[in-house]
Amino acid sequence: MATSSDDPPRLPSVVIHPLVVRVVHWINAFAILVMILSGWRIYNASALFPFQFPSGLTLGGWLGGALQWHFAAMWLLVANGIVYVLYGVISGHYRSSFFPLTPRAILNDFTGVFRGRLSHRLGTYNALQKLLYLIVILLAIVLVLSGLCIWKPVQFQSLAALMGGYEGARLVHFFAMAGVVGFIMIHVALVILVPRTLLPMFSGRAPRDSISSGGGY
Amino acid sequence: MKKRSGLYTALTTVPSKQIQLLERRLFLKHSLSLGALVLLTGCDVTDVDAVQKTLWAMSKWNDRVQGWLFNPNKLAPVYPESAITKPFPFNAFYDEDEIPMVDPERYRLALGGLIRDKKPWSLAQLHALPQVSQITRHVCVEGWSAIGKWTGVPFRHFLERVGADLTAKYVGFKCLDDYYTSIDMATALHPQTQLTLMYADRTLPAKYGFPMKLRIPTKLGFKNPKHIAEIYVTNVYPGGYWEDMGYNWFSGL
Repeated sequence: MATSSDDPPRLPSVVIHPLVVRVVHWINAFAILVMILSGWRIYNASALFPFQFPSGLTLGGWLGGALQWHFAAMWLLVANGIVYVLYGVISGHYRSSFFPLTPRAILNDFTGVFRGRLSHRLGTYNALQKLLYLIVILLAIVLVLSGLCIWKPVQFQSLAALMGGYEGARLVHFFAMAGVVGFIMIHVALVILVPRTLLPMFSGRAPRDSISSGGGY
Repeated sequence: MKKRSGLYTALTTVPSKQIQLLERRLFLKHSLSLGALVLLTGCDVTDVDAVQKTLWAMSKWNDRVQGWLFNPNKLAPVYPESAITKPFPFNAFYDEDEIPMVDPERYRLALGGLIRDKKPWSLAQLHALPQVSQITRHVCVEGWSAIGKWTGVPFRHFLERVGADLTAKYVGFKCLDDYYTSIDMATALHPQTQLTLMYADRTLPAKYGFPMKLRIPTKLGFKNPKHIAEIYVTNVYPGGYWEDMGYNWFSGL
């Protein structure tokens, strides 16, 4: 009698990324890409520093087009962001995914990177991931608030004053953008290094063994 | 997009008028840059048209939101004399040598639309009206800003004086340099909106809009028309030079 020993035992898969998180993630990815590429075109119209972004990497074709993209995509970004934050708080997603987060755990995982021993289990964030995700959420909030101050420096002048007025808000907006771009580069580089993290961001599911045994990255 | 002088020239490119026109035409024809095409791979021209329609619809939506956000009593921040930007940048859709030259003796401001007394105004008559000064920040759509001192007639006072229909939706401006723009009535009546006759305590120089400009510290720079030839009040959306090409119409600060 033939055995099916060549078929590995099927481990049940489990949901590691809830549907809401996956949907808002990809809407956010689109919105933030539009905001960054159009924002670079707007920056080029009056550069804050002695460099410009290559116009081939920008969106909108000219300043007016870039502004149209920027001020259209901002609604998508903010509406999607509100859904994400409400879901994260109400469902306990933040509490279970990002906390507890202690300085000792961050330090451990940080030195772990250099020893090649940082754990990167699907569905569970290590301390460095938790820290990076919290930072990028804060940066997104700073980006939206500084953006409001640049758009409406008269109506929101009290908020703008906290950032050093209109010109200060431009700088805050720029550096928060730079921080988000830095996050995206690390985020995408890690997906390239650990490609099995990509599929669950679409399907939501990962094999149970990839969660229990983990991987030594 | 536009030319400017001073420290900004070092930081940004200053295309000639031909390049501006070319860029504008490219925008109208192709609408989208490489970045957009990357996002829209596989789409045909119709889809790109659909994108354009969506972007314009969003800009109209943003006009409405800004109308709601606009607080008619909220004043733009004012600054001390020491904060004034020197030199204040020149900025227009043409070069400095194309600034219109206006004979102050022959100049007459024309009035049109929903205004009771459409009698034209001479410069002397405008100077005889009550004058106020403000030191406020001019914010350009390009992103840069500069602080200046403007003196002139509160626009609300002028509109009341000529019997404008203050319940109408728009105030439109036609300028001697063929520029045109329009604003909402709420902004026209804002206490800091000013029919400006002087800059830095002297007659308004040609490069800042002689003989008269409209200073609106609650709107982006391109909503502050220079060399005004005619003011009219209307309920029909009048658009504007940059607005018709894609800049947001309300553009409130």
